[in-house]
Amino acid sequence: MASTQTAKRVIPGTPVFDGEAASKGYALNAMCYSFNEAPNRQAFLDDEDAYCAKFGLNEQQREAVRQRNVLAMIAAGGNAYYLAKLAGIFGLNMQDIGAQQTGMSVEDFKAHLRSQA
Amino acid sequence: MAQIIGGFFTSHVPAIGGALAKGLQQDPYWKPFFDGYPPVKAWTSAVKPDVVVVFYNDHGLNFFLDKMPTFAVGAAAEYPNADEGWGLPIYKTFEGYPELSWHIIEHLVNSEFDVVTCQQMLIDHGASIPFELGWAEDNDRTFKLIPININTVQHPLPSPKRCLALGRAVAEALESWGGDERVVVVGTGGLSHQLDGERAGHINKEYDTFCMDNMGPDPDAITAKSSLDIVELAGSQGVEVLNWLAARGAIGGDVKEITRNYHIPISNTAASTLVLERLEAVPAE
Repeated sequence: MASTQTAKRVIPGTPVFDGEAASKGYALNAMCYSFNEAPNRQAFLDDEDAYCAKFGLNEQQREAVRQRNVLAMIAAGGNAYYLAKLAGIFGLNMQDIGAQQTGMSVEDFKAHLRSQA
Repeated sequence: MAQIIGGFFTSHVPAIGGALAKGLQQDPYWKPFFDGYPPVKAWTSAVKPDVVVVFYNDHGLNFFLDKMPTFAVGAAAEYPNADEGWGLPIYKTFEGYPELSWHIIEHLVNSEFDVVTCQQMLIDHGASIPFELGWAEDNDRTFKLIPININTVQHPLPSPKRCLALGRAVAEALESWGGDERVVVVGTGGLSHQLDGERAGHINKEYDTFCMDNMGPDPDAITAKSSLDIVELAGSQGVEVLNWLAARGAIGGDVKEITRNYHIPISNTAASTLVLERLEAVPAE
């Protein structure tokens, strides 16, 4: 019953991967989990549409993957640890991903990391 | 009783595995990080553990969201690593110690920690990379491994207080074990980092320093915050410090600091290394 739920903690700019996100993102994260196996990575590269359909991605998830948009994948329930396996297929590292999400260039994102030393 | 010698704490960023594979230890980007490990390797070579208990978080190799245990204890005969999808080398398969695992499980459940038990368990980079970093290249790492996985992936996460208490219960189990093995505890992950969201790249040196300063003498001070507080302070993945807290609990007793290193950044992470030794630890023969 929604009326008995406590208010969710909001941490600015910080996804909290909770039960709601885990439910919503299940298909997307399941697809990413499958990328532990090399033949599955190849199958995705060979036919992305078919592979996404096999895991039952909803339209929001499919569009986020199509656009390689990490924030949109998170909004669709994606979890960082699983999405990292998808990013690996695209050859993106964590600075590429960080830059995309923060709207910085990769060089500016790296400088931002260094600036916190 | 088993003798708990001390503990080794380290970040476990996957990129470290890539750097090791490419031999980048002297590269200017990596050198300040890798320079933290010779004292760790000297310590692990000197103390010669027979058993290692590692607290870590799986990142989607052994566990998926279909079944996500809060605390899971390995009770397998061996623990292989496997492909995680990024092209890292496949790391060493460690021999298990089912008898001691079950002793720990008995003690934990008797202490009201209702853990999941795993007789088949893949260990991911979170458990594998620390042994690549903290043991010398010519050290064959013949110790027996007991992996304990903590959910730092899907909220609600266990509280910092509960993780420290879990570790302390593991220390009690080791101290009530009939064997005389020498035990080293390993805690992996952290410290501050955040991979996801508009705040990706968040690092908090002040909070990390607080954690490293208190991990030995006063770990309870770290448990004053909730896991969500730690997410806010240290980043969504900085909450992996829960593994450190459990490991600190499993060392038990009073400790002295042997070495530490802290370097920003390795990948998106404040890379951190710490060795704590029990004050009463007896040197290896």
